Amino acid sequence: MNLTNFRFETDSDGIATATWDMPGRSMNVITPELMAELDQIIDTVASTEAIKGCVIVSGKEAFSGGADLTMLQGLRDLFVKLSKEKGEAVAMQSFFDESRKLSLLYRKLETCGKPFAAAIHGVCLGGAFELALACQYRVVSDDASTRVGLPEIKVGLFPGAGGTQRVARLMQTGDALQMMFKGEQVKALPARNTGLVHAVVPRDQLVANAKEWLKANPQATAPWDQKGFKLPSNKVYSPAGMQIWPPANAIYRRETNDNYPAARAILSAVYEGLQLPIDLGLKVESRYFAKILRTKEAASMIRSLFVSMQELNKGARRPADVPPSKLKKVGVVGAGFMGAGIAYVTAQAGLDVVLVDRDQEAADKGKAYSHKLVSDQIMKGRAKTADRDALLARITASADYADLKGCDLVIEAVFEDPKVKAEVIAKVEAAVGPKTIFGSNTSTLPITGLAATSQRPQNFIGIHFFSPVEKMLLVEVIMAKKTGKKALAMALDFVRAIKKTPIVVNDVRGFYANRCVGNYLREGHLMLMEGIPPAMIEAAGKQAGMPVGPLSLNDEVAVDLAFKVLKATKVQLGEGAVDPAQEKLLSDMVEKHGRLGRKNRKGFYDYPEAGPKRLWPGLADLVGKRLAPEQVDMAELQHRLLVTQALEAARTYEEGVVTDPREADVGSIIGFGFAPYSGGTLSYIDNMGAAAFVKLCEALAKKHGERFKPNRQLKRMAKTGESYYSAAAAASATKPAVKSAA
Amino acid sequence: MADAFIYDHVRTPRGKGKADGALHEVTAVELGTTALRAIRDRNDLDTKLVEDVVFGCVDPVGEAGADIARTVALKAGYGKEVPGIQINRFCASGLDAVNLAAAQIMSGQKDMAIGGGVESMSRVGMGASGFAIAVDPSVAIDTWFMPQGISADLIATKYGFSRDDVDAYAVRSHKRAAAAWQAGRFKDSVIPVTDVNGLIILDRDETIRPGTDMQALAALKASFVQMGEMGGFDAVATAAHPDVEFINHVHHAGNSSGIVDGAAAVLLGSKKGGKAAGLKPRARIRAFATVGSDLALMLTGPVDVTELVLRKAGMKTSDIDLFELNEAFSSVVLRFQQAFDIDDEILNVNGGAIAMGHPLGATGAMILGTVLDELERTDKNTALVTLCVAAGMGVATIIERV
Repeated sequence: MNLTNFRFETDSDGIATATWDMPGRSMNVITPELMAELDQIIDTVASTEAIKGCVIVSGKEAFSGGADLTMLQGLRDLFVKLSKEKGEAVAMQSFFDESRKLSLLYRKLETCGKPFAAAIHGVCLGGAFELALACQYRVVSDDASTRVGLPEIKVGLFPGAGGTQRVARLMQTGDALQMMFKGEQVKALPARNTGLVHAVVPRDQLVANAKEWLKANPQATAPWDQKGFKLPSNKVYSPAGMQIWPPANAIYRRETNDNYPAARAILSAVYEGLQLPIDLGLKVESRYFAKILRTKEAASMIRSLFVSMQELNKGARRPADVPPSKLKKVGVVGAGFMGAGIAYVTAQAGLDVVLVDRDQEAADKGKAYSHKLVSDQIMKGRAKTADRDALLARITASADYADLKGCDLVIEAVFEDPKVKAEVIAKVEAAVGPKTIFGSNTSTLPITGLAATSQRPQNFIGIHFFSPVEKMLLVEVIMAKKTGKKALAMALDFVRAIKKTPIVVNDVRGFYANRCVGNYLREGHLMLMEGIPPAMIEAAGKQAGMPVGPLSLNDEVAVDLAFKVLKATKVQLGEGAVDPAQEKLLSDMVEKHGRLGRKNRKGFYDYPEAGPKRLWPGLADLVGKRLAPEQVDMAELQHRLLVTQALEAARTYEEGVVTDPREADVGSIIGFGFAPYSGGTLSYIDNMGAAAFVKLCEALAKKHGERFKPNRQLKRMAKTGESYYSAAAAASATKPAVKSAA
Repeated sequence: MADAFIYDHVRTPRGKGKADGALHEVTAVELGTTALRAIRDRNDLDTKLVEDVVFGCVDPVGEAGADIARTVALKAGYGKEVPGIQINRFCASGLDAVNLAAAQIMSGQKDMAIGGGVESMSRVGMGASGFAIAVDPSVAIDTWFMPQGISADLIATKYGFSRDDVDAYAVRSHKRAAAAWQAGRFKDSVIPVTDVNGLIILDRDETIRPGTDMQALAALKASFVQMGEMGGFDAVATAAHPDVEFINHVHHAGNSSGIVDGAAAVLLGSKKGGKAAGLKPRARIRAFATVGSDLALMLTGPVDVTELVLRKAGMKTSDIDLFELNEAFSSVVLRFQQAFDIDDEILNVNGGAIAMGHPLGATGAMILGTVLDELERTDKNTALVTLCVAAGMGVATIIERV
């Protein structure tokens, strides 16, 4: 055998060990070369009489993260190319054959006549877990890092190398569907208890345990290859099946609004596959896989949620010539809700935190928030008391700015008032050294204006967190006019340390995320004022793929805050900058009816003590008119709610607020939940095509007003046929990635 | 076009569709046979004149499978010359069987045929024949599948019927059915089911509760709360009808049609066919229609199909003396009544399936007979019979006395 990715040896008992250890990579991954080598191993094991069975184990700290998604993207490109050259029918057949190679390889392993065992430590996900599922025996280490699972759904794919068929033959159908729907990563013990793996042992006994099993079971076959095999949940068409399938279909719609073809394909592959023998079941799975792999949802989600997100997390926007920051101690000024959250995530990342507020009591209160958050984790069994003690020990609550001395980075999260901020900036700068970077967490104030009060504007940068900090994954890093590259590097290193995803934006009012979200809220408000039944507005938001409807979202962020922002906009930009219908709605809500949102249990919804929230019946009187449901075009509502956000993203891109489509896309999905299946705000436009998008905008503008008028750049793209990604790719070849970094 | 006349109709009593129901010991084949025997015997019918037996059966598997219509005709001794066909349009199958028999007569292809139906829900079980539209993701998702009870609750929510409204209707159904039995209004058409010795097994509908009142019904918990929430169906309902914010679950066993066993048969013929058999026609089939309707509401087909059949017949609702709508769920009847503004006094005047039960494949033929008897008793002329149907369909037939 000619192996570079495996080490292969056979012991005196005739048990072979294939150690998967790909050179030059930190994590094993399934590539075409890997598949060819596995094929050789299977042939060797099957044909060598002295070999009784084979253990597959990783030579790395984890088993494997699965298939190389860029390989799958390559398959898709191949299809497009072949379609052009040889016609769609030929291309389709060859694409189908290619896309099921991995599935056939695993089936070959499973039926080669000799047993295989997977010895798993660390993560074993996706295609790698599908490999393990094809082995007759799976043993995992009891280590906390060990996880098995099929997370393909998270990037718009589904387990296409036997996963849907084997998992549904191992577990109760409902559990199998749920595991694949959620892309759950299962720890060692639950994996054994649900039948996904056979045994859990300490890491140092993994291979020995697998070998013992192979010695004892030289004739082993998969359960589904044995006579009399019974499905865990009985037949599909049985009374049990009637209890499983109709709810599964309904829950699919509830959870996805039918926007995720991959999730739907899981259902069909399992439904059809369970009525067939395994080989045909695998073939049906392959048919759906080939279909899903060609969807724009899969392409968009792989690009944004896997490739781009990884690139951003790894510092795609970081100035390469600045050496890595040695972050040890971070100061947080302002121990309110935001500051307390920032302190928590910083301490959780193992950094020391100095949490400063105007008096000790306020600072202590901010630290207590960390106590509460870890305690919640302990209650859920996700942390230990010792973790809490260690984390709290890293946070120093103080009323003395002098304690900030020695901080590498200080972040202020004080009241959104330029005067207050300026005072804090002065106090901090007096306490820290000249190298300390100052980060301002503001969502509304221009960073350049704040930086003007700083003695060291090159060290001044915006670090905009989203609320609640411990849950939201996005951080906007905002470049002021004079922000230097060291400050940028420090901010990005910090965001990386706290395991969040940064996007770097330039300093324009509202930055990026809040501008898009603001439009979403406004569109909901205006729909309400048009007399559209509120339930339909909310449903349209969710059906378009947003996590919650615009009215729900406004209740979460507070109605009075929306009103405040509107009033501020009016003051800063003039009468024409706000919509009078929206202004009337918000002022009536806040000033006449005291409806502030969830915080006072009275917003667009009522929040009763017991039971779920319900739309406030008073909305009908507030608006005065109500359209009959038949008069409402749900498809148009959905368009309005997405287009208003995507168009705002397009404007920020033209204005240079966002400079990289990857950041606009990733930021929109993790920042405000923009329809993930679309790949994000700019992918939404690219997928539709600029020309079609502009046409849609113009139609909406005609009917609903100027706010839908497409910007110049978009109109130009509609003419040239350019897309954001094609333009960005062309531009990145000629100019540096970070625009304003000095 | 020939006229199709109704010469006679019979039904069995409806037995509780559970293992402790009176008809559980009786096979589906024997139930159907009981109806066919009665049609022959009380009309002194030369069965060779019957050119087809069309039977509705919704779960045609096991003992009810493999063409139960032919099976029943043979067992009833109609002779090898009499063919049979089993059809299925869910809850309307019995009425469709009548319509299909009538259609063959109206087209001049046959002179005498029987339409009817049979369902032994206690023995075969609802859903026993499989239900891809609920199970297969490639159909169920796009068609907003949800259990009928959730659709019934959606109708109640969307059209504003409260728990009290639906319960009050159920009370009325029981009171009217009980009063009708008391007054002997069913006695001419209900054929007792007997054993091989002629001993009576059941001669009255088994599930009527004359004493039912609002208080008794209020004690029942809504049946579809958990299924709606945990099973995801409420979300399907509100996704399909986004004007509905949440589902108000109001239906339970007491205001929904009962699960029962039973069979029915209607003898139809042309003028010529009737003459050959020496029979006098009792009514004429004026028109019939079928539609597909809103999938999520599922059970509002009677509204759409009534509009259609009236249009086909060139009639208005005011031309109809009596309406007979299968009481699948209270909200189905209340929505129908609301849509056409129908007076209580001409709708389901002798109760319905909430009181007496709904043997799926047979009910359509049963209620056609019930309303014909009532037309004769009150000396009225025209009736419209309709049923809601799973998967969003509706069937209706207009009959008039001759």
